[in-house]
Amino acid sequence: MGKPRVIPGFGLSMGITIFWLSSIIIIPLAALFIKAAGLGLEEWWNILSSPRVLAAARLTFGASAAAALVSMVLGLLVAWVLVRYEFPGRRVLDAMVDLPFALPTAVAGITLTTIYAPTGWLGRYLAEIGIQGAYSPFGVFIALTFIGFPFVVRTVQPVMEDLGTELEEAAAVLGASRWTTFRRIIFPALTPALITGFTLAFARAIGEYGSVIFISGNLPMKTEILPLLIVSQLEQFRYEAAAVIAAGMLIVSFILLFLINLLQRRLAR
Amino acid sequence: MTSRPVTTESAPVRWLLIGLAVTILSLFLLLPLAAVFIEGFRRGATVFFHALTEPAARSAIQLTLLAAAIAVPLNTIFGIAAAWLISKFRFKGRAFLISMIDLPFAVSPVIAGLVFVLLFGAKGWFGPWLMEHDIRIIFALPGIVLATVFVTFPFVARELIPLMESQGTDQEEAAVTLGAGGWQLFRRVTLPNIKWGLLYGVLLCNARAMGEFGAVSVVSGHIRGKTNTLPLHIEVLYNEYQFSAAFAAATLLALLALVTLGLKTLIEHLLGHTSNTRH
Amino acid sequence: MSVSIQNIHKTFGSYQALDDVSLEVPNGSLTALLGPSGSGKTTLLRIIAGLEFPDPGAGRILFHGEDVAMTPAGQRGVGFVFQHYALFRHMNVAENIGFGLSVLPRKDRPSKKEIHERALDLLKLVKLEGLHHRKPSELSGGQRQRVALARALAIQPKVLLLDEPFGALDAQVRKDLRRWLRQFHDEIGLTTLFVTHDQEEALELADQVVVMRNARIEQSGPPQEIYDHPRTSFVYEFLGEVNKLADDRYVRPHEIELRFAAEEGVDLTGRVSHLFVAGPIARLSIVPEKGSKREIEVWAGRDQVDQMAISQGDVIGLRFPSSRRKPQAAEGLPES
Repeated sequence: MGKPRVIPGFGLSMGITIFWLSSIIIIPLAALFIKAAGLGLEEWWNILSSPRVLAAARLTFGASAAAALVSMVLGLLVAWVLVRYEFPGRRVLDAMVDLPFALPTAVAGITLTTIYAPTGWLGRYLAEIGIQGAYSPFGVFIALTFIGFPFVVRTVQPVMEDLGTELEEAAAVLGASRWTTFRRIIFPALTPALITGFTLAFARAIGEYGSVIFISGNLPMKTEILPLLIVSQLEQFRYEAAAVIAAGMLIVSFILLFLINLLQRRLAR
Repeated sequence: MTSRPVTTESAPVRWLLIGLAVTILSLFLLLPLAAVFIEGFRRGATVFFHALTEPAARSAIQLTLLAAAIAVPLNTIFGIAAAWLISKFRFKGRAFLISMIDLPFAVSPVIAGLVFVLLFGAKGWFGPWLMEHDIRIIFALPGIVLATVFVTFPFVARELIPLMESQGTDQEEAAVTLGAGGWQLFRRVTLPNIKWGLLYGVLLCNARAMGEFGAVSVVSGHIRGKTNTLPLHIEVLYNEYQFSAAFAAATLLALLALVTLGLKTLIEHLLGHTSNTRH
Repeated sequence: MSVSIQNIHKTFGSYQALDDVSLEVPNGSLTALLGPSGSGKTTLLRIIAGLEFPDPGAGRILFHGEDVAMTPAGQRGVGFVFQHYALFRHMNVAENIGFGLSVLPRKDRPSKKEIHERALDLLKLVKLEGLHHRKPSELSGGQRQRVALARALAIQPKVLLLDEPFGALDAQVRKDLRRWLRQFHDEIGLTTLFVTHDQEEALELADQVVVMRNARIEQSGPPQEIYDHPRTSFVYEFLGEVNKLADDRYVRPHEIELRFAAEEGVDLTGRVSHLFVAGPIARLSIVPEKGSKREIEVWAGRDQVDQMAISQGDVIGLRFPSSRRKPQAAEGLPES
């Protein structure tokens, strides 16, 4: 081994970490991939190319991307207002932003459904203008946006606070209007944080289950998301199919997250 | 006319943006929160309290508390060990280890449940062996705990790592030169510096553990009065169209969320990094 | 262009940052705003730039006779160099310099190519040719400073304002850049104000030094005059080394003559408690034998110290200049 370490506890903390990490995360996830790999390529293809899986994948990734994009806009606006302006109730609202993190997803699910159902608190007004809130892909989108936008607020907020006013003053003295300053100075400075927020919201949305299954209505081919499909395979004791869908889902989302990460590194340079 | 500073917007723009943000937050956060309590009390206090005291509800509350009481301390110990390892030492594979700790954030809770079913379920790898020895993991408490531990795995570590990184190793090194042993070092030097961050991490871990739905749903088997946690109990009631009872149970979890947020705000205040505006 | 500040007041909440400040800056001059932190010098600079606004009232800010108090910062035609440069991190050097031109209204805006060429010209002016494609993070502190200056000059300002221009640089770069800025100012002759808390910097660079303290201007004038004829004890102590004698008079270390203790015309005798020779200069600390025991700092030529064979512990005589002064005004001001 290398040089002796000054601070004690290297072996102990390494031992606990590796043991816990392997037994709870790595070995079980490996088991999933081994199980899925037990099926031949042909079986994989059959399962993943079935219309029901494809429809669920489209909805899951599509609604997640849409929700994460909208979260970016809402999150930016909310972070801006919370950081830049003083108004009554600001502190309370600031603390409330974390509610979707803290509120159990099942509670969020039944509540959002009650609000956005065609007869619900807001759903009835949406229905009047011809939009179906709950039990539609739009309902899935609403739930995923609720889950996702705090991620954007919380990643953008500290960067905005650290930005300081000097850059904006420099732009103003050079004759830039407020809007130009935002577009060309502030926004580019916030872009990496916005992408990080997008990534977190997106990753969370892909796997989200509890808040979606109540509001989605779970119609196969229409409003069924991938995690629900996994559950329904399990309930029919089709373990292999469940494992394949889960493995495929993990692989696709890891590739997407990796690509976003790559994009962000290029932007950061 | 008074001129405004160059780093802020004109009053109409400002109030428009504030109005928009407040509307969004009210519709998105305050309205759902209000809805939980209003729906919970819709059919009166008697129905509300009955919903919380009937046997199935009591059993669900007990199971939820028990699962959290096991999962949270386990992940707290792990979180402290992992944060100590990551922040006090430099070694090969450190970056890889950090991304492994974050992994559960990118895995669907349903998959978190699934992996344990594949390992310990009736048709799983260890299923037959477990059956022979009459040990139940899936559709029983151990499975619920395992699934909960998986999804709450990173919370404490994630909170402690940046905090301990920022504090460096100077104080620990000083304590070592003064003759402190490992345990004294942790208890008397490190812990006082990280106690609020640790508490915050434990709080988040606990909120998620008590509220976890997807992962637990997969491994629990939904046996009423036996393996239903509070979130699963809510689902069952809701699917049986007992909306008021479902929301009554939901108020408990909403209160848990509010208490968590309240304590979080308090801790941030104590730590002194509230998100103040600079003006 | 001349700048005229008339009776400006500025308060932040209950804190008074400027209290009835008036100042004339002649066209083409290089003026230093000098003072300790919290004296109001940066606030004054920011008010001239339009980054802060004076309290409403009688105060006026005139640029070449025209009141600009209500003109927004972007239309005043000032170049401002920020203390930490405030370079736009995501833009390269050329884009930073060209920013001010690229945000002009479309009808006045030069083409992209012209903007780029103008940026290259300015880079040549600040002696940074060839760095146009670098990002600010790839530059040294001194280079960033010059890019910030080039960016401020790109909009062809009528007044150049610099906030602690050398504050963030290390000692050697600081000295070089200081000389360079002086030459640069002499070449382009732009009315320039800069803020500093370093008296040496102010005295070396400026045509006019404005000493500020507690939200007010304590004294302003050419550096030599301020150094030789400080009006208040504060200015005396803030500008250069000074000894405060027992009778509350001030005398600078280099103005004191060394004599033998027994010689005629000696004002005071004392013991050499410390002697330090650096190059041609000798610095002595003298503890008076009678009266106040406050140490007196004396700077003398090394050859004189050698000739008189002074060493630590000796008793020697001091002779003060006949013109040693008591500050004329503001005697009653408390020492801060």
